[in-house]
Amino acid sequence: MNRSLSARVFDRIRKPWPDHRAERTLGAVSLLVVAIVLATIVCILARAWPTFQHEGLSWLGRGGNVDRQLGDMFSTGLHPGASAYHLRAWPLVYGTLLTAGIAVVIGLPVALLASIFIVEFAPTRVRKLAIPTIRLLASVPSVIYGLIGILVLVPFVGNHLITTSEKVRMENVVQLTGAGLGVAAILLAVMITPIMVALITEALAAVPRSWREGAIALGLHPLRATLSVSVRAIRPAIVASAVLATARALGEAVMIYMVAGSVAFSPKPSDGLIFVFEPLKTLAAAIVENFEGLNAPALRSSVYAFAALMMFSAFALSVSGYLVKLPLRRHEVRG
Amino acid sequence: MSSFLDASGVAPPPCRPRRSSLRTWRWGDRLLLASLWAAGLGLCAISAAIVLYMGIRGIQYLRPAMLVTAPQASTSQAGSGGFLDPIIGTVLLTLIGVIVVLPLAAGSAFWMVEYGRPRWLGRVVESCIEIVAGTPDIVIAIFGLAIFQTRLLAPFSVTAEGGGVVGRSFIAAGAMMSLIALPAIYTATRDGLLAVPAHMREAAFALGKTRIATIRRVLLPSVRSNIATGVTLGISRIIGDTAVVLLMLGAALHIETQGGTPVLNLLRGTGSTLTSYVYENSPAGEGGAPQKAYAAAFVLLVFVLGLNLLIDFIGRAGARSTGLSVGVAVV
Repeated sequence: MNRSLSARVFDRIRKPWPDHRAERTLGAVSLLVVAIVLATIVCILARAWPTFQHEGLSWLGRGGNVDRQLGDMFSTGLHPGASAYHLRAWPLVYGTLLTAGIAVVIGLPVALLASIFIVEFAPTRVRKLAIPTIRLLASVPSVIYGLIGILVLVPFVGNHLITTSEKVRMENVVQLTGAGLGVAAILLAVMITPIMVALITEALAAVPRSWREGAIALGLHPLRATLSVSVRAIRPAIVASAVLATARALGEAVMIYMVAGSVAFSPKPSDGLIFVFEPLKTLAAAIVENFEGLNAPALRSSVYAFAALMMFSAFALSVSGYLVKLPLRRHEVRG
Repeated sequence: MSSFLDASGVAPPPCRPRRSSLRTWRWGDRLLLASLWAAGLGLCAISAAIVLYMGIRGIQYLRPAMLVTAPQASTSQAGSGGFLDPIIGTVLLTLIGVIVVLPLAAGSAFWMVEYGRPRWLGRVVESCIEIVAGTPDIVIAIFGLAIFQTRLLAPFSVTAEGGGVVGRSFIAAGAMMSLIALPAIYTATRDGLLAVPAHMREAAFALGKTRIATIRRVLLPSVRSNIATGVTLGISRIIGDTAVVLLMLGAALHIETQGGTPVLNLLRGTGSTLTSYVYENSPAGEGGAPQKAYAAAFVLLVFVLGLNLLIDFIGRAGARSTGLSVGVAVV
């Protein structure tokens, strides 16, 4: 009986499938993807709920030392009271926004120039070499960037760019080792620029040739034609690439944790130029730092609240990236 | 690479039908052109510098014996062994990830393009893949911890002495790695399918084939190279990922098995990968063994370079390669 059943099942699979069964099977696979995404959202929100319950949205505000608050949560036991959830995570949010923002500000102009170069001005041989080379930059694992940062850039900044007098001056505020905003933002910029280059070159290559050629035929300089026709046409794609790169930058965890110093300090522009060397911590880095302590309910709920915030902002950014690109569709310039 | 940098001073041939000399350009335009070249070649130079630097460090510190010896607990860098276990871990995670993700990604891509009914459901599936693509790996990792710590999935992971479910194992990490690779494989398969001309399907239908037979006999063979590109991209994302490994395999560098069944104990056990080995041996982790970290990072970079070359090779071999967009669009 058992054997005949398995033989029957085997037979059903082996024989040519009827179309409706194939459709249902493939549809079920697709639904599984939807289910996984829903499970992600539900799981993370469910575990983050206590923080929202006790703190509302005020945990995003400022006040106190967030490192100490997270450290205190370790020891609040298995059934912590409402006060154990006290959290003011503004320094982490600020650190995340600051690194991602600076990285995009550095990366976007470079990416735009490099894309124009690749699509319009590079000789064929240079282009054939440049594309895989830049693509490689995007596929280097983030831990290698982190390693280079922590073993090469951080000591360099600490020994050569920060003077001893500045270290002494800041000693009472924060310790300057070289790990901090500057190194993190530069490495992040290197990581996200290839992504922007990929998106912008794709859009630029999709601009109909005749548009630019028409402009040149009207007597425009080739460079001017590129700027005033091609680049103008893909402005939405440029914004979208910046938005998607921001989403990528917000989520970078391990590299930032390695090179940004593990102090939840908010770099203050009012400190002068030394501001770029001040350490910071991002939301993602805080997750990496605290995942060992997930047994403490208060800490767990805070860490999942960080994850929920990151998930939500990644979602919001990809939606806005999509919305920004909508005008391109109307003009049939795919990007 | 240096020929690149030398070339930056030389005027490029302006892409204009009639030849025009750079001398007639306005100063602002010349400056702009120079910055275009500087940006393009600068990015290439950074990439080359990273590869060169890691290459030099790798040759300096990598010893062939490291590839075949297991990590040892030691205070000195000379005695801390090699990274056989991390290499096995990387390969194992990649295998699990690809085995899990391939049916998921390819199946939903085929459903999306070939069936996609009802329309709204198709749009939901598409948006869900977008969400997965946009979700940071650390969030995927911490979701993995949450889901594998539930009682239901306890058999798949390490159980602590007190009966608490730790939620860490190769299976758990591999399942989460499949999410990391999902968008790349899905996008590559979907784009391949969309590029198959409609008349191929129509010809198959005209011969009396059903949709699924068309998929199996006509479409699958013609998008095989796209799927291969997607899988290679996915693999390079899996082996480069650190966050999932750190959270879901833990900090132990050794492979630690769990239970008695031969293969299952490995899958349920924990260990490390090259990325977590690099992390743990860097000053950020506990072991201060930068030489070992450099050597392992070099091996990792060689893997990634190899996969990149493979993508180019598949792209060239595949008839329907679209050059720039296949590889770059899905970074």
